[in-house]
Amino acid sequence: MATSSPQSAALGFRFVFADKGRGSIEVPWREELAGDPDSGVIAGGVVTTLLDHTCGLAITSTATGLFSTATLDLRIDYMRPAAPRAGVIAEAHCYKLTRTIAFVRAQAWDADPADPIATAQAAFVVNRPAAA
Amino acid sequence: MSEDAARQLEAFLQRAPYVRFLGMQAEFAGDELTAILPFAEHLIGNTFLPALHGGVIGGFMEMTALAQLSVTQGSPRPPKTIDITIEYLRPGKPQTTYARADLRKVGRRIANVHVEAWQDSRDHPVAFLRGHFLLGES
Repeated sequence: MATSSPQSAALGFRFVFADKGRGSIEVPWREELAGDPDSGVIAGGVVTTLLDHTCGLAITSTATGLFSTATLDLRIDYMRPAAPRAGVIAEAHCYKLTRTIAFVRAQAWDADPADPIATAQAAFVVNRPAAA
Repeated sequence: MSEDAARQLEAFLQRAPYVRFLGMQAEFAGDELTAILPFAEHLIGNTFLPALHGGVIGGFMEMTALAQLSVTQGSPRPPKTIDITIEYLRPGKPQTTYARADLRKVGRRIANVHVEAWQDSRDHPVAFLRGHFLLGES
Protein backbone atom coordinates (compact mmCIF):
# COMPACT_ATOMS: atom_id res chain seq x y z
CA MET A 1 0.00 0.00 0.00
CA ALA A 2 1.31 3.40 -0.99
CA THR A 3 0.76 4.85 2.46
CA SER A 4 3.08 2.46 4.25
CA SER A 5 6.71 3.41 4.60
CA PRO A 6 8.71 4.15 7.74
CA GLN A 7 8.57 7.89 6.99
CA SER A 8 4.81 8.02 6.33
CA ALA A 9 4.22 5.98 9.50
CA ALA A 10 6.48 8.30 11.50
CA LEU A 11 4.53 11.31 10.24
CA GLY A 12 1.24 9.56 11.08
CA PHE A 13 -0.19 9.57 7.52
CA ARG A 14 -3.73 8.25 7.20
CA PHE A 15 -5.08 6.87 3.95
CA VAL A 16 -8.28 8.66 2.87
CA PHE A 17 -9.02 7.24 -0.58
CA ALA A 18 -7.51 6.16 -3.89
CA ASP A 19 -9.45 5.66 -7.10
CA LYS A 20 -8.78 5.97 -10.85
CA GLY A 21 -5.89 8.42 -10.81
CA ARG A 22 -6.94 10.26 -7.69
CA GLY A 23 -5.69 9.80 -4.17
CA SER A 24 -5.99 11.47 -0.80
CA ILE A 25 -4.02 11.25 2.44
CA GLU A 26 -4.26 13.22 5.66
CA VAL A 27 -1.74 13.97 8.38
CA PRO A 28 -3.16 14.79 11.82
CA TRP A 29 -1.48 17.61 13.74
CA ARG A 30 1.14 16.66 16.31
CA GLU A 31 3.44 18.86 18.36
CA GLU A 32 6.65 17.40 16.89
CA LEU A 33 5.56 18.17 13.31
CA ALA A 34 5.38 21.92 13.94
CA GLY A 35 7.75 24.22 12.09
CA ASP A 36 7.39 26.90 14.73
CA PRO A 37 6.69 25.99 18.35
CA ASP A 38 5.02 29.33 19.13
CA SER A 39 2.47 29.29 16.31
CA GLY A 40 2.07 25.49 16.29
CA VAL A 41 1.78 25.61 12.49
CA ILE A 42 2.71 22.35 10.78
CA ALA A 43 6.14 22.48 9.06
CA GLY A 44 6.49 23.04 5.31
CA GLY A 45 8.54 19.86 5.07
CA VAL A 46 5.61 17.81 6.37
CA VAL A 47 3.36 19.32 3.69
CA THR A 48 6.05 18.63 1.04
CA THR A 49 6.25 14.96 2.06
CA LEU A 50 2.45 14.68 2.22
CA LEU A 51 2.03 16.16 -1.29
CA ASP A 52 4.81 13.97 -2.73
CA HIS A 53 3.33 10.86 -1.14
CA THR A 54 -0.22 11.67 -2.23
CA CYS A 55 0.97 12.20 -5.82
CA GLY A 56 2.53 8.72 -5.72
CA LEU A 57 -0.74 7.27 -4.43
CA ALA A 58 -2.73 8.95 -7.23
CA ILE A 59 -0.36 7.45 -9.84
CA THR A 60 -0.49 3.92 -8.46
CA SER A 61 -4.30 4.14 -8.32
CA THR A 62 -4.45 4.53 -12.12
CA ALA A 63 -3.65 0.87 -12.70
CA THR A 64 -3.93 -2.45 -10.95
CA GLY A 65 -0.50 -3.71 -12.06
CA LEU A 66 2.12 -3.12 -9.42
CA PHE A 67 4.58 -0.42 -10.36
CA SER A 68 6.77 1.99 -8.47
CA THR A 69 7.24 5.71 -8.96
CA ALA A 70 10.15 8.09 -8.43
CA THR A 71 9.73 11.85 -8.21
CA LEU A 72 11.46 13.80 -11.01
CA ASP A 73 10.42 17.24 -9.88
CA LEU A 74 7.94 18.73 -7.50
CA ARG A 75 6.89 22.37 -7.43
CA ILE A 76 4.95 23.63 -4.43
CA ASP A 77 3.30 27.03 -3.96
CA TYR A 78 2.49 27.95 -0.40
CA MET A 79 -0.68 30.08 -0.37
CA ARG A 80 -0.79 30.57 3.38
CA PRO A 81 0.29 28.82 6.58
CA ALA A 82 -2.00 26.12 7.93
CA ALA A 83 -4.08 27.11 10.94
CA PRO A 84 -2.31 26.66 14.28
CA ARG A 85 -2.50 23.07 15.56
CA ALA A 86 -4.36 21.97 12.43
CA GLY A 87 -3.77 18.75 10.50
CA VAL A 88 -3.56 18.78 6.72
CA ILE A 89 -5.35 16.82 3.98
CA ALA A 90 -3.94 16.43 0.48
CA GLU A 91 -5.58 15.26 -2.72
CA ALA A 92 -3.71 14.53 -5.95
CA HIS A 93 -4.82 13.88 -9.52
CA CYS A 94 -2.67 12.05 -12.05
CA TYR A 95 -4.05 13.74 -15.18
CA LYS A 96 -1.67 12.19 -17.70
CA LEU A 97 0.20 8.91 -17.66
CA THR A 98 2.57 7.89 -20.44
CA ARG A 99 4.68 4.71 -20.62
CA THR A 100 7.39 6.32 -18.54
CA ILE A 101 6.13 9.58 -17.03
CA ALA A 102 3.20 10.60 -14.84
CA PHE A 103 2.05 14.22 -14.58
CA VAL A 104 0.28 15.09 -11.36
CA ARG A 105 -1.40 18.07 -9.69
CA ALA A 106 -2.16 18.19 -6.00
CA GLN A 107 -3.41 20.50 -3.33
CA ALA A 108 -3.43 20.56 0.44
CA TRP A 109 -5.81 22.23 2.86
CA ASP A 110 -6.56 22.34 6.57
CA ALA A 111 -10.28 23.05 6.77
CA ASP A 112 -11.73 23.79 3.32
CA PRO A 113 -10.57 22.33 -0.02
CA ALA A 114 -11.60 25.62 -1.68
CA ASP A 115 -9.10 27.48 0.51
CA PRO A 116 -5.85 25.53 -0.01
CA ILE A 117 -2.67 26.09 1.99
CA ALA A 118 -0.54 24.73 -0.85
CA THR A 119 -0.77 23.53 -4.44
CA ALA A 120 1.69 21.28 -6.24
CA GLN A 121 2.63 20.25 -9.75
CA ALA A 122 4.87 17.25 -10.26
CA ALA A 123 6.36 14.85 -12.78
CA PHE A 124 7.25 11.27 -11.83
CA VAL A 125 9.13 8.46 -13.53
CA VAL A 126 7.00 5.33 -13.64
CA ASN A 127 8.76 1.98 -13.32
CA ARG A 128 6.53 -0.70 -14.79
CA PRO A 129 7.03 -4.41 -14.18
CA ALA A 130 8.85 -6.32 -16.93
CA ALA A 131 6.49 -6.76 -19.92
CA ALA A 132 3.89 -9.39 -19.19
CA MET B 1 31.86 32.68 11.23
CA SER B 2 31.02 34.99 14.10
CA GLU B 3 29.77 33.77 17.44
CA ASP B 4 26.54 35.58 16.66
CA ALA B 5 25.94 33.44 13.60
CA ALA B 6 26.79 30.28 15.52
CA ARG B 7 24.28 31.26 18.20
CA GLN B 8 21.67 32.10 15.57
CA LEU B 9 22.19 28.68 13.97
CA GLU B 10 21.94 26.86 17.29
CA ALA B 11 18.73 28.74 18.10
CA PHE B 12 17.27 27.84 14.70
CA LEU B 13 18.05 24.13 15.13
CA GLN B 14 16.68 24.02 18.66
CA ARG B 15 13.53 25.94 17.80
CA ALA B 16 11.66 23.94 15.18
CA PRO B 17 10.18 20.63 16.37
CA TYR B 18 10.27 19.35 12.76
CA VAL B 19 14.06 19.88 12.64
CA ARG B 20 14.38 17.60 15.66
CA PHE B 21 11.90 15.13 14.11
CA LEU B 22 14.21 14.83 11.08
CA GLY B 23 17.32 14.76 13.30
CA MET B 24 18.84 17.55 11.23
CA GLN B 25 22.12 19.13 12.33
CA ALA B 26 24.31 21.87 10.87
CA GLU B 27 27.80 23.21 11.23
CA PHE B 28 29.98 25.98 9.92
CA ALA B 29 33.12 25.36 7.89
CA GLY B 30 34.56 28.85 7.84
CA ASP B 31 31.59 30.99 6.80
CA GLU B 32 29.82 28.17 4.94
CA LEU B 33 26.91 26.47 6.59
CA THR B 34 26.59 22.76 5.88
CA ALA B 35 23.39 21.05 6.94
CA ILE B 36 23.67 17.40 7.92
CA LEU B 37 20.95 14.77 8.00
CA PRO B 38 22.24 11.58 9.65
CA PHE B 39 20.49 8.45 8.44
CA ALA B 40 17.66 7.14 10.59
CA GLU B 41 15.23 4.33 9.88
CA HIS B 42 12.15 6.58 10.04
CA LEU B 43 13.41 8.67 7.09
CA ILE B 44 12.96 5.76 4.66
CA GLY B 45 10.27 6.23 2.02
CA ASN B 46 10.99 3.18 -0.12
CA THR B 47 11.81 -0.03 1.71
CA PHE B 48 12.59 -2.01 -1.47
CA LEU B 49 15.53 0.07 -2.69
CA PRO B 50 15.84 1.24 0.15
CA ALA B 51 15.76 5.03 -0.27
CA LEU B 52 15.05 8.12 1.77
CA HIS B 53 11.59 9.62 1.26
CA GLY B 54 11.69 12.35 -1.41
CA GLY B 55 9.71 14.57 0.92
CA VAL B 56 12.36 14.16 3.61
CA ILE B 57 15.07 15.35 1.21
CA GLY B 58 12.80 18.24 0.14
CA GLY B 59 11.96 19.21 3.71
CA PHE B 60 15.64 18.97 4.69
CA MET B 61 16.66 21.29 1.83
CA GLU B 62 13.87 23.76 2.67
CA MET B 63 15.04 23.85 6.30
CA THR B 64 18.61 24.36 5.05
CA ALA B 65 17.47 27.43 3.07
CA LEU B 66 15.59 28.77 6.10
CA ALA B 67 18.60 28.13 8.38
CA GLN B 68 20.95 29.97 6.02
CA LEU B 69 18.51 32.89 5.72
CA SER B 70 18.00 33.14 9.45
CA VAL B 71 21.76 33.11 10.10
CA THR B 72 22.44 35.69 7.39
CA GLN B 73 19.50 37.95 8.18
CA GLY B 74 19.73 37.65 11.94
CA SER B 75 16.05 38.55 12.00
CA PRO B 76 13.91 37.42 14.92
CA ARG B 77 11.00 36.69 12.56
CA PRO B 78 11.66 33.54 10.55
CA PRO B 79 11.21 33.79 6.75
CA LYS B 80 8.14 32.20 5.14
CA THR B 81 8.33 29.87 2.18
CA ILE B 82 6.53 31.25 -0.91
CA ASP B 83 7.34 28.51 -3.40
CA ILE B 84 9.86 25.73 -3.92
CA THR B 85 10.83 23.56 -6.86
CA ILE B 86 12.61 20.32 -6.05
CA GLU B 87 14.51 18.34 -8.69
CA TYR B 88 15.49 14.78 -7.90
CA LEU B 89 18.59 13.41 -9.60
CA ARG B 90 19.07 10.07 -7.88
CA PRO B 91 17.58 8.14 -4.96
CA GLY B 92 18.76 9.14 -1.50
CA LYS B 93 20.61 6.13 -0.12
CA PRO B 94 20.20 5.12 3.54
CA GLN B 95 23.20 7.14 4.72
CA THR B 96 24.07 10.67 5.82
CA THR B 97 22.91 13.50 3.52
CA TYR B 98 24.45 16.98 3.33
CA ALA B 99 23.09 20.24 1.97
CA ARG B 100 24.28 23.75 1.30
CA ALA B 101 22.21 26.81 0.47
CA ASP B 102 23.26 29.59 -1.86
CA LEU B 103 21.46 32.90 -1.35
CA ARG B 104 21.26 34.02 -4.98
CA LYS B 105 19.42 37.25 -4.25
CA VAL B 106 18.30 38.74 -0.99
CA GLY B 107 16.01 41.68 -1.64
CA ARG B 108 14.12 43.87 0.75
CA ARG B 109 11.18 41.49 1.05
CA ILE B 110 12.02 38.39 -0.98
CA ALA B 111 14.99 36.06 -1.20
CA ASN B 112 15.83 33.62 -3.97
CA VAL B 113 17.71 30.58 -2.67
CA HIS B 114 19.25 27.54 -4.37
CA VAL B 115 20.06 24.45 -2.31
CA GLU B 116 21.91 21.30 -3.28
CA ALA B 117 21.93 18.02 -1.41
CA TRP B 118 24.48 15.24 -1.78
CA GLN B 119 25.73 12.10 -0.01
CA ASP B 120 29.04 10.49 -1.07
CA SER B 121 30.34 13.35 -3.13
CA ARG B 122 29.24 16.89 -3.86
CA ASP B 123 29.86 16.12 -7.54
CA HIS B 124 26.99 13.64 -7.41
CA PRO B 125 24.05 15.62 -5.99
CA VAL B 126 20.90 13.72 -5.03
CA ALA B 127 18.60 16.74 -5.35
CA PHE B 128 18.31 20.47 -5.92
CA LEU B 129 15.85 22.95 -4.50
CA ARG B 130 15.10 26.44 -5.76
CA GLY B 131 12.80 28.60 -3.71
CA HIS B 132 11.48 32.06 -2.93
CA PHE B 133 11.12 33.14 0.67
CA LEU B 134 9.30 36.07 2.23
CA LEU B 135 11.67 37.72 4.66
CA GLY B 136 10.58 38.49 8.20
CA GLU B 137 10.35 42.15 9.18
CA SER B 138 13.40 42.94 11.26
